[in-house]
Amino acid sequence: MTPFSDPSKTSKFPRLAALWESDLGYDFRQSRLVMIATVIFFLLILAALLAPWIAPMNPYDPASLDIMNSSLPPAWYQDGFAAFPFGTDDQGRDMLSATLYGLRTSIIISILGVALASVIGITLGVIAGYFGGIIDTIIMRVADVQLSFPAILVALLIDGIVHTIIPSATREDSAAAIIVLAIGASFWVQYARTIRSSTMVEKNKDYVSAARLFALPSTTIMVRHIIPNVMGPVLVILTINFGLAIITEATLSYLGVGLPPMQPSLGTLIRIGQEYLFSGQWWIVAVPSVALGVLVLTINLLGDWLRDVLNPKLR
Amino acid sequence: MLSLIIRRLIQSFLVMLAVTLIAFIMFRFAGDPVNQMVGVETTQSERQTLREDLGLDQPTIVQFGHYIGRVMRLDFGMSFQFRRPVMDLLAERLPATLELAFVATLLSLSAGIVLGVYCALKPRGILSSLLQSVSLVGVSLPTFLIGILLIYVFSVSLGWLPSFGRNGLVPVTAHWSTGLLTSDGWKSLILPAVTLGLFQMTLIMRLVRSEMLEVLRADFIRFAVARGLPKSRIYFRHALRNTLIPVITVVGLQIGSIIAFSVITETVFQWPGVGLLFLQSVQTADVPIMSTYLLLIAFLFVMINLAVDLIYNAVDPRLKQKNRT
Amino acid sequence: MKLKSLLASAVVVAGATFLSLPAPSFAAENVFRFANQSDLKSLDPYALSETFSLAMIGSMYEGLVARDPDLKLVPALAESWDVSEDARIWTFHLRKGVTFQDGSPFTADDVIFSADRVRSSGSDLKSRVPADAVFTKVDDHTVTVTTPEPSPLLNAVWDTWYIVSKSWAEAHDGKEVKVGGTAPSYMALNANGTGPFKLVSHLPGVKTEWVPNPNWWGKPVHNLDQVVFTPISSGATRVAALLSGEVDMIEPAPLQDVDRINNSGKATALQGPEVRVIYLGFDQHSDVLPRSSLTKGNPFKDSRVKMAVYKAINEDAIIQKVMRGAAVPASLMVAKEMFPLADQFKRPAYDVDGAKALLTEAGYPDGFTVQLDCPNDRYVNDEKICQSIVPMLSKIGIKVNLNAEPKATYFSRIFASGGYDTSFYLLGWQTNGSGSVGVLRDLFRCRDEKGNGGGNNVGNYCNPKVDALIEKISSEPNETKRNDMIAEAYRIGQEQEVAYVPLHQQTLAWGVAKNVKVVQRADNDFRFYWVTKTAGQ
Repeated sequence: MTPFSDPSKTSKFPRLAALWESDLGYDFRQSRLVMIATVIFFLLILAALLAPWIAPMNPYDPASLDIMNSSLPPAWYQDGFAAFPFGTDDQGRDMLSATLYGLRTSIIISILGVALASVIGITLGVIAGYFGGIIDTIIMRVADVQLSFPAILVALLIDGIVHTIIPSATREDSAAAIIVLAIGASFWVQYARTIRSSTMVEKNKDYVSAARLFALPSTTIMVRHIIPNVMGPVLVILTINFGLAIITEATLSYLGVGLPPMQPSLGTLIRIGQEYLFSGQWWIVAVPSVALGVLVLTINLLGDWLRDVLNPKLR
Repeated sequence: MLSLIIRRLIQSFLVMLAVTLIAFIMFRFAGDPVNQMVGVETTQSERQTLREDLGLDQPTIVQFGHYIGRVMRLDFGMSFQFRRPVMDLLAERLPATLELAFVATLLSLSAGIVLGVYCALKPRGILSSLLQSVSLVGVSLPTFLIGILLIYVFSVSLGWLPSFGRNGLVPVTAHWSTGLLTSDGWKSLILPAVTLGLFQMTLIMRLVRSEMLEVLRADFIRFAVARGLPKSRIYFRHALRNTLIPVITVVGLQIGSIIAFSVITETVFQWPGVGLLFLQSVQTADVPIMSTYLLLIAFLFVMINLAVDLIYNAVDPRLKQKNRT
Repeated sequence: MKLKSLLASAVVVAGATFLSLPAPSFAAENVFRFANQSDLKSLDPYALSETFSLAMIGSMYEGLVARDPDLKLVPALAESWDVSEDARIWTFHLRKGVTFQDGSPFTADDVIFSADRVRSSGSDLKSRVPADAVFTKVDDHTVTVTTPEPSPLLNAVWDTWYIVSKSWAEAHDGKEVKVGGTAPSYMALNANGTGPFKLVSHLPGVKTEWVPNPNWWGKPVHNLDQVVFTPISSGATRVAALLSGEVDMIEPAPLQDVDRINNSGKATALQGPEVRVIYLGFDQHSDVLPRSSLTKGNPFKDSRVKMAVYKAINEDAIIQKVMRGAAVPASLMVAKEMFPLADQFKRPAYDVDGAKALLTEAGYPDGFTVQLDCPNDRYVNDEKICQSIVPMLSKIGIKVNLNAEPKATYFSRIFASGGYDTSFYLLGWQTNGSGSVGVLRDLFRCRDEKGNGGGNNVGNYCNPKVDALIEKISSEPNETKRNDMIAEAYRIGQEQEVAYVPLHQQTLAWGVAKNVKVVQRADNDFRFYWVTKTAGQ
């Protein structure tokens, strides 16, 4: 590419090219580490989303499991099989497939959880900021209280309470939903606070007053006018929360109150594997641990970089 | 200032009341307390008698009142699975968690400050970059993963340290057996303490480093250098002191996190503290323990926040001004 | 100001030193430490009918009879007994010169008091003594027991029915077994028995300590000065404790670590068959099977469906892979060792196609969904067994939703106290000394919702013909005739109607340090008064 040419006119993907040439893109290209992290991150996401197609077998389908395949070592060992590149766990699940599916489950649950948290947070934040008064006070008090609790405790408590309330009959099916709920209920606060302050600022602007003059109902004003204008910081919070959500889900599953062993997520697999660590079957814990570790590291690296770059104070 | 204290106290009280309400609702309505408590061979009429004994057939408001009264007297009910007062169970296990939290905080403070200062003084060194990367890992990885990794390296592969439990206990008072007085005790304490404190240590390290870097650029430091004061005196007496204020605040606020994350660490290492007790209560739906733990944690956090708030307000002259206007 | 913040933090940390039971300060020589996966909760001998608790309590308390290492019934607090011809009147001659640990003498009054207490509300051991048995004191050391029906096996289950001191119990509000309530029961935390060991301290879920009872009437076989028990729920942690010398014995030893223990040079894995049969049970009385995908009908009422489940399970694979060889396949609900005619009964072969055909024949060609309930901390690898069953059943079309939970919530749900709330479950059964009679009475008899009748027949398999047969069996004094009738009952209830699907008899695996000798009884009842520990380690 010769200097002084305008990428938005010459390249096939004008917008991407513009991004590449922008300040953001420049920062990105400067940091080798971040570039590598991004590539790995997208590879992981891709692998996870495509898991049903690229995994050798479906570990969530009980009919595909055979107990005779249990605890086999990785393929490069003498007792290993090529069909099970990273060995199998104690129920005969192929570790590679289980890890891919586990990644997928962890990612999907975290996305849903964070989405739920943002929905709750944005809703409550806008309401609090727009109406003010007692509604604002109540919502903010609750938020303050909850903010001082670590999210993992809140998630644990919600998980525990829900478990005692719903009968065990539906437990396996609802495990994923419960975790999404727990994550949503523990992470909404940050969204609420940011949105609330932004809403309070927007509320006093002219276009809102104009809308009120037209006697538009409050809901319409909030949804159509205010929300689109306050969404900016949400993106940053989302990236921070995504990594945290992954860790929270993995921790809940590891503690035994998350996804059950028959539909394991990475945390569950690690929990199962820890029992066998001393007996020499290290692969059951190693494979999902590495996957989880790499995923979380890349998310954090990216998130860190993104925050530094988007932070106007540091420019 | 007084009005601030009163306002904060009222707020704290209201928060505690709300949390007590939630704890009571959990306690009373989640699961059937009677069925949880009795043995396999107890009949229905016996259960009914038990229900009446426990006052479970009275109006909810009355029960809530009773509950508050009992909580005031530190009577938190009986655990379903242990059939013992929750208070006793908590009291037995609290020393284990407190010792763990204490050592973890100590480790993270000392290591964090020392390493943070080092990174600030030699920002381009190899060791600094290495520490920066390690700190990133420490902040990113989930606690349990770090614990398992440590177990694998130090227990399974090297066999240096035990991978579980709390050993080497020596009774100090009638109520407290400590593991801090024996080498066995320390050996079993190290891995859990490092796991628990790693997150905080990296936090402190990064904080100290960035604060120190800022402080070192300040005028009064340049002045001290110009005056020819010895470097060590400058760094430690002048620079470090100013760095420590935010650090102490962070540590104070982190105490709550440490207690919370102890749930995970205690599970990984089977450390017999209140965190493990709480997790077991979630797994066995032992609601009295769950709701009491919630109360206790809430109380702890409210107290800590209140204390830090008040002390901060009392101490920071800038805030003093703000509160007056 | 730094100091103030520090002080605040320090106050928070230090402000939590609470009351606790006093720590023991014994400097004993020969200390035996052991760990189990469960904890010892209540010390009240009638609070919980669980093998482990009763074994521990059995170090401090004793019954009228006991079982020796080979499971034979031997005299304990009763030196001898006579049975009338019609097996309706038993006369027990009590041992003289025995005192409880608080010094009070053991007399017939204590036996009669214990008989009433064990049948009181709140007791979990009611079935040990028949409700209609009448205890009469003849003199201070003789008691007669009269039952309206002949009861030839009356004292077969009395090795775990322990005698409590009437004066001590009454002095501490222990006339009835306390359940729940707002104050802990005295007898849950303290013990006063006639046994070879006495309690030093008990922190439920944390640690329990004993020392020998110097006034015990018998001659100690052990050489211990102190015994310490700690519960360690994690298998890997338990093994680590054994191998590092922290404990001298662990129970159970995780099967995947048996080799590691044997190769360590510091301990051995003691393995032996247990008389406990692990099996699957079915809800056989509901009209519509709950917790399933079916809106009408109950497939488990059809023997073909149950037989299909039986045939679909590859028990050899379970034994080889999940139990690592440490189990013996079972074809009956009673341990092979306890029924002479057990060889007449064989397991149906593993046959997936045959199972599918049976299921189709019964009217379920597409199978159905059902929830399987399973404990996860009671039997050896219980949860893993259940997990391995899920794929096996899905191959014949039965989709299983697995619900594994700790035994505390599990037992309270599936037994009478929870209203027998399960459709399909895994359980282990041990015959409690009375062999097949106990098995048939407890597992094959019809029952009502309160648990009268076959109290542990969770799924309520009910066949009046079998019930009548069982009544005859219970009062038949001739062993050969009895065994024939028992075989007949099994033929109907087990072979034809598949009331249960037995899986295997699990093998006990105990990890024992090299310098310690223990006695491993086939009923997994660990009595530490038979342990000897030599110096070293």
